[in-house]
Amino acid sequence: MSDILEVANLAVDIPLAAGMLHPVQGVSFSIGRGETLCLVGESGCGKSLTALAIMDLLPRTAIRTAESLTLNGEDILNAGERRMSDLRGNAMGMIFQEPMTSLNPSYTIGNQLEEALLRHRRVSHREARDRAVMLLEKVGITAAASRLRQYPHQLSGGLRQRVMIAMTLMCGPDLIIADEPTTALDVTIQAQILLLLAELQKEFHMGLLLITHDLGVVARVADRVVVMYAGQIVETGTATQVFAVPRHPYTQGLLECIPIPGKTRRGANLGAIPGMVPSLIGELRGCRFRERCAYAMPACAADVAFRAAEARDHVYRCLLTPAECAGNARRKVPA
Amino acid sequence: MLIYACKRLGVAVLVAVAVSLLTFSLIYLSGDPAMALAGEAATQQDIEYIRKFYGYDRPLAVQYADWLTKALTGNFGYSHYLRQDVADIIFSRLPVTMLLGACALVFALTLSIPLGVLAAMRPNTMVDRFALTLAVVGQALPSFWFALIMIFWFGIVWRLLPITGTESWVNFIMPSVALGYYVTPAVMRLTRTGMLEVLASDYIRTARAKGLRPPVVLFKHALRNAIIPVVSLAAVQFGFMLGGSIVIETIFAINGLGYLAWESIQRGDLPVMQAIVLILACFYIVLTYLADMLNAFLDPRIRVA
Repeated sequence: MSDILEVANLAVDIPLAAGMLHPVQGVSFSIGRGETLCLVGESGCGKSLTALAIMDLLPRTAIRTAESLTLNGEDILNAGERRMSDLRGNAMGMIFQEPMTSLNPSYTIGNQLEEALLRHRRVSHREARDRAVMLLEKVGITAAASRLRQYPHQLSGGLRQRVMIAMTLMCGPDLIIADEPTTALDVTIQAQILLLLAELQKEFHMGLLLITHDLGVVARVADRVVVMYAGQIVETGTATQVFAVPRHPYTQGLLECIPIPGKTRRGANLGAIPGMVPSLIGELRGCRFRERCAYAMPACAADVAFRAAEARDHVYRCLLTPAECAGNARRKVPA
Repeated sequence: MLIYACKRLGVAVLVAVAVSLLTFSLIYLSGDPAMALAGEAATQQDIEYIRKFYGYDRPLAVQYADWLTKALTGNFGYSHYLRQDVADIIFSRLPVTMLLGACALVFALTLSIPLGVLAAMRPNTMVDRFALTLAVVGQALPSFWFALIMIFWFGIVWRLLPITGTESWVNFIMPSVALGYYVTPAVMRLTRTGMLEVLASDYIRTARAKGLRPPVVLFKHALRNAIIPVVSLAAVQFGFMLGGSIVIETIFAINGLGYLAWESIQRGDLPVMQAIVLILACFYIVLTYLADMLNAFLDPRIRVA
């Protein structure tokens, strides 16, 4: 399986008055065709910035560096704005967190959908409109032809997010980045939208980078999982590997926070990770989770490299194995 | 859209009625109009005669209705001072003022909107600083002083532009600049603020994520949303320029409505003043209405309001 997206050692730095902020450091992963990769982590761990860095849509002050960044084998790290704008919306599309504000209030749905295709393909307005209708139907919007004349404010949040999805599909991209696409929606709609995304991804055989902090979602749709903490990847593996035997104490903590049917005992308390995310300003060394980690040792203050679990594609950034963690369990601070 | 247009029209008519009432009451603002007309040496008998002759003895409601029906048919009464129909006087002066106002507005908008957009695109850079400096200076300079400075350099020292009259378009350059520059800072700052806000919005990020070219993002997606408050402001400012051109028209000896207003105030020519106030107020109302309609066209959300 050839990779659509390859990210190697991606970092984002933002100069602030208080010093240099390092919200993303040493992030590497790849996504193959037809693969869903879930990027998991709590708010502020650098998930969204990673996505924006791939799209080259970072805020002006942010500095992006990487060893390599390729889309379908093409270098997009040094591509330049002109080439990037040819690729955006064309080879890769992005769905944002806020459907309520992500569509331009002044233009009709039709205009905004067609525009995406007309920018990248030599097609007539009629063809663009036909494709827009086709895709609106595909994302489950009824009376699609008449929706084209509607404005965003006439649609609900769920519908708007469906429109956003249809919009990113206009040019048939190879990669879709969805940045918490369901966070702003009703719980009942969330599942629908996610299933829709998963279906479309299978149908169009695209790569999907799904950013979320909802582990329930990850369990349902992910092929591979990347767990981020404080700007770094702490664990990555296939969904089965990570969910079956989480290696990193942070991943373990995350999984303890959600009830798992058949596993979590009725009436038992769910876990919580004590403490707060460290400040990412200035020079950072050692394991970033050590302040909150129940198994932290003095050695954790030095740089921690990735180590492989039994399966080679399951790696994590910790000095201890899960067995050693369990041995240290009595040191665990009561939550 | 039609419902919205009708609603706004209803409001506009109500405002116009209120304005006409106020304008009508202008006659009585400075005391008994008959006494004022008759002059200081008049006897009680003369005053009574004049009161009866001009109909000031009738009930106020009747006088108002009479005045309003006449005004609606274009009859604004008779200027006792100029011995001429008020309508004739006004309509001979109005085109000049309209032209001046329009030129000033075009000047102001073509300078301030691009400058505001540029400043918003590059906040806290040289362009932005320059625009802000211009805004502060523009707001601080009194227009009569600015006009005189221009006359001195362009008209007298360098002899580039004529300093008075309305013969050709060249004559309108300096008055338009002098009248328009005063509006520039407000429009510029509003454009800048609006653009800054819009450029940081989610749908601009969406537009960029679609791969749209920077000019399309800037003009199609950003400016259209940022310009909405500017339209309202520009309409009000245009009305203001029509009424507020008194100083500029006086300085450049332009025989417009502003100059006429100033003359009429000086000689207490009430019917003329009344007509000018009414016409300018109606212009305001029409402009505001047009701005509302333009905004409704630009922003679909306004149409349902």
